[in-house]
Amino acid sequence: MSEARVEKLSGSLWNGGVSPFGVGDKKLGMWLFIVSDSLTFTAILIGYSYVRVASDNWPMPFTIYPSIAFASVMTFCLLSSSVTMVMAVAAAKKGNHASAVRWILATMAGGTAFIVLHLYEWMHLIEEGVTPFKNPWGDPLFGGTFFTITGLHMFHVTSGVIYLGVVAAGFGRKKFNDEDVEVSGLYWHFVDLVWMFVFPLIYLLSVKMG
Amino acid sequence: MANAAAHTHHEPTTRLFLWVWVGLLGLTGVEVYLAYIHLNLHLMVILLMVLSIVKAAMIMAYFMHLRFERMNLVLTLIPAMIIVMCLMFIVFPDSFRLLNMRTFH
Repeated sequence: MSEARVEKLSGSLWNGGVSPFGVGDKKLGMWLFIVSDSLTFTAILIGYSYVRVASDNWPMPFTIYPSIAFASVMTFCLLSSSVTMVMAVAAAKKGNHASAVRWILATMAGGTAFIVLHLYEWMHLIEEGVTPFKNPWGDPLFGGTFFTITGLHMFHVTSGVIYLGVVAAGFGRKKFNDEDVEVSGLYWHFVDLVWMFVFPLIYLLSVKMG
Repeated sequence: MANAAAHTHHEPTTRLFLWVWVGLLGLTGVEVYLAYIHLNLHLMVILLMVLSIVKAAMIMAYFMHLRFERMNLVLTLIPAMIIVMCLMFIVFPDSFRLLNMRTFH
């Protein structure tokens, strides 16, 4: 929503159409979705912490190489893709369509790299005998919580890459405006933000001792 | 157009975003280092959560543009979210009870 329109609506306090937040409806909608989705992730991370605290043989199987090294590179991919998304939003705001689409494609590349590395990491664990129902080391809930949390996050990354692809195609053909790019950026940064909690809680707190 | 010009001074620069990115990578490096040197698990949880909350705040403030939005929007979204998150911590006494039942079984 353009600033002029926001100001116009804010001025008409008793005539309907007030915009107290000074953002467009799409952006406010995405923020409300992000708040509710963050509570979903909080719930499953607290659920994981609950069963882990209550367990007396929770496995701590991750070695610095390959698991932690992979997860660190994945963190790097996601953080860098957030910066390219910021650049895409800035280019879109300036009305530079070609540049915005290129930055969105770079963001999608970062997200895809994350998914590929994460699937490789999953395959590695599955080969070692970890499933949602059992693992070779201890409490069977380890696999259940690991695959649920990383799986839900990976689902968010995957849908984010598809969402960005749709926005890039639409913005390139001028079907979408810069607010659509900004809103998709909000979602992408949120996916990045969630990983900032999943990475330490799932990986760094389960590093093999000695 | 005068309106648009008045709003440009709010807009953060590319340099600022790159510094935020460097800061986030640096904090991630510190987290991985903490895991590498094998700290005591309780201390580790506290340090990692503090670092993660700082990182989350940086992402929300700069990448998600919240620092440059109206305070009204921030106060509507964030405090309610944090309060509901804190309410979920009510499950932990039960978690400790389960652990103690196991130990003294």
